[in-house]
Amino acid sequence: MKIKVSLAQRIFDILNVIFMLFMIVIMIYPVWHVACASFSDSNILLGHQGLLLVPKGFNTNAYSAVFTNKMIGVGYKNTMIILVCGVAINMIMTTLAAYCLSRKNLYLGKLVMKMITITMFISGGLIPSYLLITRTLNMNNSLLALILPTAINTYNFIIMRTSFMQIPEALIESARLDGATHLQVLTRIVVPTSTSILAVMVLYYAVGHWNAWFNASIYLKDRTLFPLQLVLREILIQNDTSAMTDAMAADQHAIGESIKYAIIMVATVPILCVYPYLQKYFTKGVMIGAVKG
Amino acid sequence: MKKTNNKFSFREQGTLLKKDLYANREVYFLLIPVVVFYIIFCYMPMYGALIAFKDYAPKLGVTGSPWVGFKHFEMFFNSPSFLTILWNTVRISLYSLLVEFPAPIILAMLINELRNARFAKVVQTATYLPHFISLIVVCGMIKDFTRDTGIITQLLSLFGVPEVSLLGYPQYFLPIYIGSNIWQDVGWSSIIYLAALTGVDPQLYEAAKIDGANKWQQTIHVTLVGIMPTIITMLILRMGSILSVGYEKIILLYNDATLEVADVISSYVYRKGILEQSWSFSTAVNLFNSVVNLVFLLITNKISSKVNETSLW
Repeated sequence: MKIKVSLAQRIFDILNVIFMLFMIVIMIYPVWHVACASFSDSNILLGHQGLLLVPKGFNTNAYSAVFTNKMIGVGYKNTMIILVCGVAINMIMTTLAAYCLSRKNLYLGKLVMKMITITMFISGGLIPSYLLITRTLNMNNSLLALILPTAINTYNFIIMRTSFMQIPEALIESARLDGATHLQVLTRIVVPTSTSILAVMVLYYAVGHWNAWFNASIYLKDRTLFPLQLVLREILIQNDTSAMTDAMAADQHAIGESIKYAIIMVATVPILCVYPYLQKYFTKGVMIGAVKG
Repeated sequence: MKKTNNKFSFREQGTLLKKDLYANREVYFLLIPVVVFYIIFCYMPMYGALIAFKDYAPKLGVTGSPWVGFKHFEMFFNSPSFLTILWNTVRISLYSLLVEFPAPIILAMLINELRNARFAKVVQTATYLPHFISLIVVCGMIKDFTRDTGIITQLLSLFGVPEVSLLGYPQYFLPIYIGSNIWQDVGWSSIIYLAALTGVDPQLYEAAKIDGANKWQQTIHVTLVGIMPTIITMLILRMGSILSVGYEKIILLYNDATLEVADVISSYVYRKGILEQSWSFSTAVNLFNSVVNLVFLLITNKISSKVNETSLW
């Protein structure tokens, strides 16, 4: 009886490991495929079918085309501006909100909290927001339209507030009794004791800004303001490689093929490089959120 | 807190409020930018949603535009697109509920069964990875992999799928959409369940073993029951968005050939509102959508708090 159970268990374990290996391949292969294609010779690539395990006709032409391209540079620069300013504003606003609303003796705290939670379930919708930003606030064609409306992510705010509420009240009280202002308590006590949750938030917001494209696509008309993702959309989705390849009009189509892959790599590698080191922070954020849920 | 508040008269509450505003003036001062943010970017659009009942003209603004009652709603309900996009939305949503929702739960339970902790770590790292690839890049990859010579098309041709650009055919849209969603988020969504699984008391397994439960029975009666509150909470949240299939991925992937199956309420709102500038009409469509979502959320929450004692609030 005992042997029988452990045999079934062993078979299950083996199947499970095989399944997991399969999962790993499925998750990694697409990225690997793109990586190989980006280093491949475009002409060979056009005729190639099936799996791509190593680059075919190794060369870096696609990358030189990408790096000399003006729009990619512009896109990177704009994304960086949005990322740095955006995350700074995100963090200031979210920390302020989380600190203030984690104070326990605030008479209006509950009301404000309710007012904020409601927005998670009810919103005005796409068009009223669009009209507000383009007509009332006149932020058309400005990077502000990508930064200000997303200054606080309510979900992130709740995670941060939950974490702030776990700081021992005595710590804050004693500082208050010693005459510290709330701003001092926030910057000298709360922030230093919450570095890991703040790191998580910086990462979440940064990834959000890095990946965002929709707001940019409806608010920005001026191409010199385009973030990287919008440039990518033109090339990858709208299939407009003409912007990319006018220097090499002769084999435009051919170069266009591997350029696509090179662009994907250029846009993805920064995140994929930092991701394994930051993974524990990312997952931590989900856990803290889960405790609340 | 609530009880004591009720005991005080309106006037006494006013005095309390004044005292509090003074005592906590610093906190309230710091809170001003936050409240201003929520009023401008969340509550003003809610007020702006009134244009669903008006004929919005930019010159007149939200307040000045003339009321037209339910005209835009009637127009939407009577339009030929109504049933199509409603059905598409429900269909995509139901499929994702049936396939996308259980996938991370199963994955988490399987990862939990792995004996080698280091291997489990590798699996987690690999499965979380696609979550960090931007949507534009994912859709670019989908487009490339599903064209006639793309790797996915090639693989599927082994099973008799024609070697054509798959995104150009309505019947392949839904599998591509759901499949890529799973690829991108199954690992990431499993985190929450993995966290819940670590919370299941190991003694329960011991007890079940002693009672003669086999592995399968343990999985059902201990593991699944143990993470049920988490599953229910996630399910309620999911039900609240039963009629909201996000537009971002849809508008990146659809084209004229697949519009009949791919067009959902949100992408319709985007097209009508942003591209065709029928602001009032598309706001009405959006409002209808939000109301249905909210009703679903409230109903599921109610049922769940009765049956399972798991509730969002």
